Amino acid sequence: MNIYVLLKRTFDTEERITISGGRINEDGAEFIINPYDEYAVEEAIQVRDEHGGEVTVVTVGGEDAEKQLRTALAMGADKAVLINIEDDLDVTDQYTTAKIIATYLGDKEPDLILAGNVAIDNGTGQVGPRVADLLGIPYITTITDLKIDGDKVTVVKDVEGDEETIETTLPLLVTAQQGLNEPRYPSLPGIMKAKKKPLDELELDDLDLDEDDVEAKTKTIEVFLPPAKSAGKVLEGELDDQVKELVSLLHNEAKVI
Amino acid sequence: MNWDLTSEQELIKKTIREFAKEEVAKGAIERDRSKKFPQEIFQKLAKLGMMGLPFPEKYGGGGSDTISFAIVVEELSKACASTGITYSAHISLGAAPINMFGTEEQKEKYLLPLCTGESLGAFGLTEPEAGSDAGGTQTTAIEEGDSFIINGNKCFITNASYAKFLALTAVTNRKEEKKEITAIIVPTDADGFTIIDNYEKMGLNASNTTELVLENVKVPQENVLGKRGEGFKQFLITLDGGRIGIGAMAVGIAQAAYEKSLNYAKKRKQFGKSLSKFQAIQFKLADMAMKLELARNMVYKAAWLKDQGRPFTKEAAMCKLYASEICMEVTSQAVQIHGGYGYMRDYEVERYMRDAKLLEIGEGTSEVQRMVIARQIGC
Ligand SMILES: Cc1cc2nc3c(=O)[nH]c(=O)nc-3n(C[C@H](O)[C@H](O)[C@H](O)COP(=O)(O)OP(=O)(O)OC[C@H]3O[C@@H](n4cnc5c(N)ncnc54)[C@H](O)[C@@H]3O)c2cc1C
Ligand SMILES: Cc1cc2nc3c(=O)[nH]c(=O)nc-3n(C[C@H](O)[C@H](O)[C@H](O)COP(=O)(O)OP(=O)(O)OC[C@H]3O[C@@H](n4cnc5c(N)ncnc54)[C@H](O)[C@@H]3O)c2cc1C
Repeated sequence: MNIYVLLKRTFDTEERITISGGRINEDGAEFIINPYDEYAVEEAIQVRDEHGGEVTVVTVGGEDAEKQLRTALAMGADKAVLINIEDDLDVTDQYTTAKIIATYLGDKEPDLILAGNVAIDNGTGQVGPRVADLLGIPYITTITDLKIDGDKVTVVKDVEGDEETIETTLPLLVTAQQGLNEPRYPSLPGIMKAKKKPLDELELDDLDLDEDDVEAKTKTIEVFLPPAKSAGKVLEGELDDQVKELVSLLHNEAKVI
Repeated sequence: MNWDLTSEQELIKKTIREFAKEEVAKGAIERDRSKKFPQEIFQKLAKLGMMGLPFPEKYGGGGSDTISFAIVVEELSKACASTGITYSAHISLGAAPINMFGTEEQKEKYLLPLCTGESLGAFGLTEPEAGSDAGGTQTTAIEEGDSFIINGNKCFITNASYAKFLALTAVTNRKEEKKEITAIIVPTDADGFTIIDNYEKMGLNASNTTELVLENVKVPQENVLGKRGEGFKQFLITLDGGRIGIGAMAVGIAQAAYEKSLNYAKKRKQFGKSLSKFQAIQFKLADMAMKLELARNMVYKAAWLKDQGRPFTKEAAMCKLYASEICMEVTSQAVQIHGGYGYMRDYEVERYMRDAKLLEIGEGTSEVQRMVIARQIGC
C-alpha cells in the first residue's frame, strides 16, 4: 500500500509564546511535530505493518523541518519529503500548502493519505480536505478508528463527541483525531536508522509550480495574543444568594446568557 | 571544536525527555514512599531498545555512544533518581564489564539478555570490610576441579534482585602479601547464593540495593570474566565509566531542583514581591544555573573522551566529583528557596536532596575521587 502522511512542524503551544513584529517569536520556541500529525504517522505505520507497503511523510516548510521528518522516520516511516519553500515564498496559507502537496502527490498514486485533524498553530483544519479535493478523492475528517479490508475501508469519525461509522473505499484521505491511537516513542534502533533513510528535498521548481500558482488567498491583518486572564471571582454567602449572583453576573457582566 | 549534539543524540534526548515526563515523573513521589521498584518503566525502556544503548548491535545493543548514555541517565534522574541509578548501574556496572572484558561466548550468553532487558545488570564489588579500599576484598573463590567455590559477603549491591547473573570480585589466589583478584560471573539462582533486599535507605528508595551472601557457591571456571587475576584492573576501568553515569545523574537531579526553584521563586510572593525579585534569591538561582552548566559540560567532556577512545580517568573523576558536590549544594538550596514547603515531600525538592547524597558516596566517595585526580596530576 502506498501511504502518505502530511506532517507540519509547529511550535509547542504548551510553551510560552511571544510575539514581535507581528510574528510569533521563533527564538526560544520549542518546535514539535503537530500532535495530530503524530497520530497520523502512528496510524500510517500500523497500517503498513498490517498490510505492507511504504509510508512517506511529506512536509511543506523550511530546512528546520528536517528534524520533525527525521523524528517520523525514527518512529518507523520509510521515506520523507521536504518541500522547501523557504526561498520562494514569504506568505503562505492553507491554499498554498494544499496546492503544493496536491501537485506533489498528483502522479504518486497514493492509496491512503493521512493528515492531522488540525495544526495546533493556525488551527484551520483545511489542508487535508483541500488536498483530497484537489486530487479528486474522498476524505473523512476527525477519525478515531480505521480498518482496511481489501479496497473496503471502515472508519469511525468523531462528530462532536459522538461517533459515526462510515464505509468507503481506497484511495482515501483521512484526518486524525485524538484517540485514534497512542503514538509510539521512537525506539533507539529507530533513531539510529533514521539518518540512513531517504529524505528528499524539493522546491517549487521541481514541481513545475510558479509562485503565482500558489499565492495565498488570505491575508493576515494582525497577530495578537489572547487577553491576559484576569483573576477569578470567588462568590461567598448563602448558596441561594451565590446562585443568584452567579446568574446575574453571567447575564450582565459576562453577557453569555 | 563543536558543541552541538549529533542529530541522533538530539533525538535520543527529545525522546527520553518526553518518556521521562510521561512515564517516569508521575509515580516518583509515590515510589519514594512505597519503595516500589519501577519494573514497568524498565519493561518500557527495554521495548524502546534503551537497555543496550551503547553496546554493539551484534549483541542486541543500540550501537549508540557514551554521550547518549549520559543524556538518558540525566533525563531519567531528573524525573526519578531511583530510575536513573537503576539504569546507570545496569549499563555501566552490569553490562559494560561484560562488553569490555568478556569472551565471545560470554558476550553472547550474558550481554545479549542485558541488552534486551531480560536481566538487569549488577556488579558486586563492595564488601562490609572493603569499600573505598575495594582491593581489600575478602570474598574467596577456591579452585576445585574445573570449578570455583565462592564464599563471602557483598554489600550495597544495586539491582541484584532483578539480575539473572552478576559479576563479582573474589580472591582466587594469594602470593605472600599479594592477592589475586578475579571477577567471576555468578548466576543469582545458584545454590548457596542469597540476595537480601532490606536496607532502609536515606534516599533512592525505589532503587534496589542488596546484600549478597555466598556460601559454597559453585561456578565453572569458564565463568571467569575475561582473564583470571585481572579483576582489580577491570573494576578500576569499569568505575571510570560508571562515574560518568553518576555525574549525569547528578546533573539530572540538580536540573530538576533548579527548575522547580526558579518556578517557585517566580510564583511565591512574600513582602509583596516574588521571591525571584530578592537579590539573595537571585544569586542562589544564578549560582545554580552556573554550576549546572559547568557540571554538564564536564560530564559531556568525559563522555566524549571515552567515545573518542582517549584516556578519561581524570575527567571522569572530575565530572563525578564536581557534579555530585554541586548537586548536593543545588538541592540543599532548592529546599531553602522553597522554605517550609521545601521540607515537605509533595514539593519533591527534599527527595532530590536525599537522593543526591548517594552521589558523593557511590562508585568512589568524593575523597576517593580527589585521590584519583591527585594521582592523575602526578602527586
Ligand atoms: C545506594 C548504594 C548503592 C551502591 N551500589 C553499589 C554497587 O552496585 N556495587 C558495589 O560494588 N558497590 C555499591 N555501593 C557501595 C559504594 O560504592 C560504597 O559505599 C563506597 O565505595 C564507599 O565505601 P564504604 O561505604 O565502605 O565507605 P568507607 O570506604 O568506609 O568510607 C567512609 C569514609 O571514609 C573516607 N575514606 C576512606 N578511605 C579514605 C582515604 N584513604 N582517605 C580519605 N578518606 C577516606 C570515605 O571517603 C568516606 O567518607 C553502593 C552504595 C550505596 C549506598
Ligand atoms: C517542620 C516545621 C515546623 C514548623 N513549625 C512552626 C510553628 O510551630 N509555628 C509557626 O508559626 N511556624 C512553623 N513553621 C513555619 C516556618 O517558620 C516557616 O516555614 C519559615 O518561617 C519560612 O516561611 P515559608 O515557609 O513561608 O517560606 P518563605 O517565607 O516563602 O521563604 C522562602 C524563601 O525565600 C526567602 N525569603 C523570603 N523573604 C525574603 C526576603 N525579603 N529577602 C530574601 N529572601 C527572602 C526565605 O529565606 C526562603 O529561602 C514550621 C515549618 C516547618 C517546616
